[in-house]
Amino acid sequence: MVFAARIQFAFTVMFHYLFPILTMGLGFFIALMSTLHLTTGDRRWDEAARFWARIFAIGFVVGVVTGIPLEFEFGSNWAAFSAYGGSLFGQLLPMEGVYAFFLESGFLGLFLFGRGRVGKWLHWAAGLGVGVGSLLSGYFITAANAWMQHPVGYRLDAHGQPQLVSFWAVLFNPFAGWQYAHVVNGALLAGAFVMAAIAAFYLLSRRHQEFAQNTLRLAVVAGCILSLTQLFPTGDLEGRHVAGWQPAKLAAMEGLYQTRAGAPLAVMGMPNSRNQTLLDPVYVPRILSFLAYGSFRAQVVGLAAYPRDLWPPVALTYYAYHIMVGLGTIFVVIMLAGAFLLWRRRLYRSRWFLWVLMLALPFPFIANEAGWMATEVGRQPWLVYGLLRTAQGVSPNVAAGETIFTLLGFMGIYAVLALLYLFLTARVIGAGPESGTHGGAAGGDEASHAAAIGEKSA
Amino acid sequence: MNQLWFWWLAGMFAVYALLDGYDLGVGAIYLWLPREGDSRGFALAAIGPVWNGNEVWLIAAGGLLVVSFPRVYALGFSGFYLALMLVLWFLILRGVAIEFRGQLAQPLWSDFWDAGFGVASLALALLLGVALGNLVRGLPIAGGSFQGSFALLLNPYALLVGLLSLALLAWHGANYLRFKTDPPLQTRAREYSRRLYLATLFLAVVVTIYTYIAGYIGDFGSHPLFWIFPLVTLAGLALAAAAGRRRDLAAFYASMLVIAGLLGSAAATVFPNLLRSTLGSGDSLTIYNAASSPLALKAAFIANAIGLLAVIAYTYYIHRIFRGKVQTPGYHV
Repeated sequence: MVFAARIQFAFTVMFHYLFPILTMGLGFFIALMSTLHLTTGDRRWDEAARFWARIFAIGFVVGVVTGIPLEFEFGSNWAAFSAYGGSLFGQLLPMEGVYAFFLESGFLGLFLFGRGRVGKWLHWAAGLGVGVGSLLSGYFITAANAWMQHPVGYRLDAHGQPQLVSFWAVLFNPFAGWQYAHVVNGALLAGAFVMAAIAAFYLLSRRHQEFAQNTLRLAVVAGCILSLTQLFPTGDLEGRHVAGWQPAKLAAMEGLYQTRAGAPLAVMGMPNSRNQTLLDPVYVPRILSFLAYGSFRAQVVGLAAYPRDLWPPVALTYYAYHIMVGLGTIFVVIMLAGAFLLWRRRLYRSRWFLWVLMLALPFPFIANEAGWMATEVGRQPWLVYGLLRTAQGVSPNVAAGETIFTLLGFMGIYAVLALLYLFLTARVIGAGPESGTHGGAAGGDEASHAAAIGEKSA
Repeated sequence: MNQLWFWWLAGMFAVYALLDGYDLGVGAIYLWLPREGDSRGFALAAIGPVWNGNEVWLIAAGGLLVVSFPRVYALGFSGFYLALMLVLWFLILRGVAIEFRGQLAQPLWSDFWDAGFGVASLALALLLGVALGNLVRGLPIAGGSFQGSFALLLNPYALLVGLLSLALLAWHGANYLRFKTDPPLQTRAREYSRRLYLATLFLAVVVTIYTYIAGYIGDFGSHPLFWIFPLVTLAGLALAAAAGRRRDLAAFYASMLVIAGLLGSAAATVFPNLLRSTLGSGDSLTIYNAASSPLALKAAFIANAIGLLAVIAYTYYIHRIFRGKVQTPGYHV
């Protein structure tokens, strides 16, 4: 049952998370373009913002409908955990609804359909509301997760139940801080890669050249900064939190079995838990000690220091983490190369590089997912770190068969959703940015918007 | 504090029923709307910009349930695992249908999503009523876990409440279309509103009598204030009769009163239980034995009440911006 519950939650959350990555990332850039349009008066930014808003909207729909099950799966799959920690991690769930989802959904309606009904600054503010809503939503759910990673703000009562002692400690869990920065930075970086990939596609197929060049320039400059901040400070400082509060996870991520001072960083290698060694390793000496504790001589505790039943699944944690870090490094190389080509004024003509950008599209999503996988698998065997094991948190009265059955149902539904999503998004990309608003309703609004502006100036 | 939380949660679900209720109701009568004059397009345009915000009330209410009465959330959603998954799948189908229908101007495409939207809305309006019926009726709970089967949830009483919920929300949706649209859709909505009002009236009487005879009715005697809910229901039913065929907005307010009154009555019936056990009152989850600590309740109350006031303010504002009749059919981004 534990396995079925975990697989179902993992599948539904990983599929769902693909879409918030996209909407958090694109949402920021749409807000940026709208702002540029209003401040510079350049209509090309408006056209670009509306194009990306169409891509955003389709992803948003899938994100919303696949997000709803998660809110209820805490109860359906993890009833014992919900009863145990509901008054603690649960503090953040209604706040996500109250402070984030209402803002997002209410203002998205206003942003997409309010053109012509509200002034342009209010319309802009509605777009900003959507962006702020999605970023806040990310914070609350990261903070809820942080309580499972590093429980704070509680005391154990006579029955061993955690009771809230500090709401503020739960809300501003220190573990959530850099984790959140890293997560958001990862989503923004994915947004930059999506824009770059589609712009590269247009340039390679010699369509919408002006739009593509503007977009690509923005994407490469932003991506250059974001790929660096992904590693430092956000990734680096989150890593120190893990080192300080979850040393067993750190050891699994690095494939470090034996405790040692001046521990090396394993760039490559295959962890073998039977012999407790890393096979065929490529090491950089002393770097792990420095990264984790800020000193080249610091001692890093290895997995062997823990009883076997407190080890996370080493291979999965190790590979997920290394995939994330490896891809993150490649992103830096790609974006620096892009910035160099931009500086040399060769970016738009370097077809080989445009191919690289276009084909890089899926990898930021893989890196984001792999990062969460390392975080969540590395937390095992704990559901709430040090307090409640995953096996203790599962629903006692749901049969594994029920969960497998509904897992298959989710797989079927999500496969269809994925196909629909790709089909509709491909249509928007095929239609291109200049197609404007396709359809009568939005077109009518646009006309009335223009009329309203005309009246004002007259 | 525990009583306050009970009524707050009841209020959250009631607001959800009032708001998402009208777009569920529009969905419930959607398949019977005529094709001529693009009535379906106008109906979708009427709910398009607001349905998603309406649905967030359910999400927020679910979140508030986790933090206030975690044992109820845990038992409720794991105990009714398959029923919950069914609801979730219908919610997915419905959301996707509304948003994807307008993406492609192609008859087969829109027919498919029309069917999805209509069927999912019908099913949800029914299932939410079935869930409420089971809450009022009580469930076989012992030792903190659900002892019954999926089939038990489909008992006659719960199904009857489900039908009432379907008629009531469909009526509410028709009333919404009455004041949001022009003829010919408005004319059709007025006709449906009249018939669905009669269906609601009939089913409400039947359910009330059944509830009374079966002894599910709560302790109205020692809480005279509870009588306010049946009175609100009656006021709504009377207002609907007075509104007649012409006063469309009054009809919408009437169905709002009826929904609020009936949900309030249901809440009064189960109070102070949250999940009433049919196996013995000691096994019921009440607002006292299933609650979080006083500090957790207080913190969550303050943290969310402030935010909700802001939500109410801007939700009202957004509804004002989209006030008036729908001018153009269809709904697409």
